[in-house]
Amino acid sequence: MVRPLHQVKTAPEGRGLRATVLLVLAVGLLLPIAAGLAQTARAAFGVMPSIGATEAGWHAWSALLSVPGFATSVKLTLITGLGSTALSLLLTLAIVATLHGRLTSGTTGRWLTPFLAIPHAALAIGLAFVLAPSGWIARLLAPILGLDRPPDIALVGDPWGIALIIGLVIKEVPFLLLVTLSALTQIPVRRHLATGQSLGYGRAMIWLKILAPQIWPLIRLPVMVVLAYALSTVDMALILGPSNPPVLAVLLTRLFFAPDTAALLPASAGALLQAGLALAAFGLIWLCEFTSRRVGRWWLRRGGRGGAAEPALRGIGLAGVALLALGLVAMAALGVWSLAWRWPWPAALPESWSLRAWTGAGPGLGRALGETVFLALATTALSLLLAIAWLEGEDRARRGRAGWAQALIYLPLLVPQIAFLYGLNVLFLRLGLTGERAAVVWAQALFVFPYVMITLSDPWRALDPRLPRAAASLGAGPWRRLVAVKLPVLLTPLLTAAAIGVAVSVAQYLPTLFMGAGRVATLTTEAVTLSAASDRRVTGVYASLQAGLPLAAYAAAFLIPALVHRNRQGLKGGGT
Amino acid sequence: MSLTLTDLSLTLAGPPLFPPLTLNVRPGEVATVMGPSGVGKSTLLDAIAGHLAPVFTLSGRISLDGHDLAPLPPEARRIGLVFQDSVLFPHLSVGDNLAFGLARHVKGRAARRAAVEHALDQAGLSGLHDRDPASLSGGQRSRAALMRSLLADPAALLLDEPFSKLDAGLRDEIRAFTFAHVRERSIPALMVTHDQADADAAGGPTVTLG
Repeated sequence: MVRPLHQVKTAPEGRGLRATVLLVLAVGLLLPIAAGLAQTARAAFGVMPSIGATEAGWHAWSALLSVPGFATSVKLTLITGLGSTALSLLLTLAIVATLHGRLTSGTTGRWLTPFLAIPHAALAIGLAFVLAPSGWIARLLAPILGLDRPPDIALVGDPWGIALIIGLVIKEVPFLLLVTLSALTQIPVRRHLATGQSLGYGRAMIWLKILAPQIWPLIRLPVMVVLAYALSTVDMALILGPSNPPVLAVLLTRLFFAPDTAALLPASAGALLQAGLALAAFGLIWLCEFTSRRVGRWWLRRGGRGGAAEPALRGIGLAGVALLALGLVAMAALGVWSLAWRWPWPAALPESWSLRAWTGAGPGLGRALGETVFLALATTALSLLLAIAWLEGEDRARRGRAGWAQALIYLPLLVPQIAFLYGLNVLFLRLGLTGERAAVVWAQALFVFPYVMITLSDPWRALDPRLPRAAASLGAGPWRRLVAVKLPVLLTPLLTAAAIGVAVSVAQYLPTLFMGAGRVATLTTEAVTLSAASDRRVTGVYASLQAGLPLAAYAAAFLIPALVHRNRQGLKGGGT
Repeated sequence: MSLTLTDLSLTLAGPPLFPPLTLNVRPGEVATVMGPSGVGKSTLLDAIAGHLAPVFTLSGRISLDGHDLAPLPPEARRIGLVFQDSVLFPHLSVGDNLAFGLARHVKGRAARRAAVEHALDQAGLSGLHDRDPASLSGGQRSRAALMRSLLADPAALLLDEPFSKLDAGLRDEIRAFTFAHVRERSIPALMVTHDQADADAAGGPTVTLG
């Protein structure tokens, strides 16, 4: 072998950029979550000097155990969290198996947009309007069943959490559908179906035995995100869940805002328990995966062709589609209620319409709208900037993403918000930062950034690498390549990521409540508050606006590239 | 000005992709690199242009007119790239693609516009300044991409299977057009191809890898 003259190792570019991104993430994301958790844990074991509690011990836990209804709360949390996630997963798989071939990623994406855009609270309010004893369903059934007054049963806030489960499922199935469809593009579904069918297997069996095991590793992380959310949701549970006792996260929020500061200790213990529940649930997922690997293989080797499973799968798929239809009705209900004037029982539609709920909502509505728009724009801009810096840093290093970096992105979505937000609030109090808009922007960005980053990563990597190379060969340095070539070509995915960022920001409830110390009022916090008591018309106005903002962002994400690139055939279709 | 590769070899955790390569390409000459798929032809071009992924180790020397290229980032190497399917920037008009390439030393809006229009005329693309690149024919795209590279005033040109996507009839025309420009500019060019006819037409030294 010829000895080389000299070895050439060019240093990867963009060190400074990557170091900056890492520093921002460490200081802005990792450190606060860790500090918040630590603060919560300290208080959970009795130490919270600001309220005079200095003696470490288990008394916070015994106080938590003696909170009335505590055991029921935990049980409810597990039922609604695990139940809604399992149901969502089942329905998603059934819908995909039933409709695959008729679903293309593009058209389905458009159909799913309203579901992905609508904030949890707005959907929950709409559902309450539909499911309530005096809601749309009861009104439509009244003439048939001969009801002369709203039925006297609790259909919303039922003690079993069924309404909450329905709400969570309607919100999560579209998200899981989206990630499953994108996972399916990596699997040769048609060929597997053809092969399986030639061996005599029914479609349903092929989906269960061949395709589902391949899909699972690709959607495991999103399912964990769904599970973590379902176990710890506050806004949806306040609107749809049982109230006495409520699910754990709601119980804890009440304790955190109780007038008696001594309640902060058991609340912190509960927040730690909430994190423990999420961890245990992840363990359960792992256990399910482990067992179904064993049992699945045994089942597979028996070779059952399962012709009978077909109608069952189709039935479940149809049930899933029906639930999504219910979601659309719920969204419509928001608009109808906000415009209703006289609407006596049991008329299906209002007798008279009016804009009075909109015009009479007072300056509070405008202020909440302005605050929401400001927070959405600020958090989205911040998150998008950081995501671009991160991805550009990866490009300049010409390296893929390390496993720990991917985990870092998902971290804020996997740790229950309540477990660290209050601890963080305490820290901020000490620093004198709480109640500031900046604190809310930052707390929201913790949850906006992961979604922006996840949405942008795939299209960013799918960019033809020859484009920046061609630009470099023409003398364009790294910044000109980024600004003049990559960003314009990626305009559509950038705006899509921004729209998702806006949707996530608008939907945030707990971070706004805790970091804003109740002083920062957004459409979401107002809508949740209003949903408890007041006039449906006013609630409808807030919730409609709350749902309308993200939809407007999605519409803009669709229209702006179509306008800017109207004469650019090469950028159509390939952009997302 | 000539492009010189001295004992160049590329390693990806194991033996080198190909035996050490030494090649001198003189100004106005088109050298050809041939070889089966996967032998590392594209990686060789990446190394010369400065886009080598860090997983590869490069040994040997790449020099342009005696100057070592190794310490230079891609944008400072003055090496033009022409790809298989042109790779025009999809968001820019045909004229703006050329303007993106046009060297900085041409100053003033009018002068730059005139330089772009002149290049369009030379490439038989007169009047297509504002067109969407996606609306051009294959041959037009190839000529536009070559003109874009040449406007950047490159010191050498790398051609990555530049004619393989073109119809047989068009291929001769674009080949002649490309080689004529390389001779006229008197710059060295290195072409990677699968097509023996390309190598014959180029007339320069031919290296077969693998």
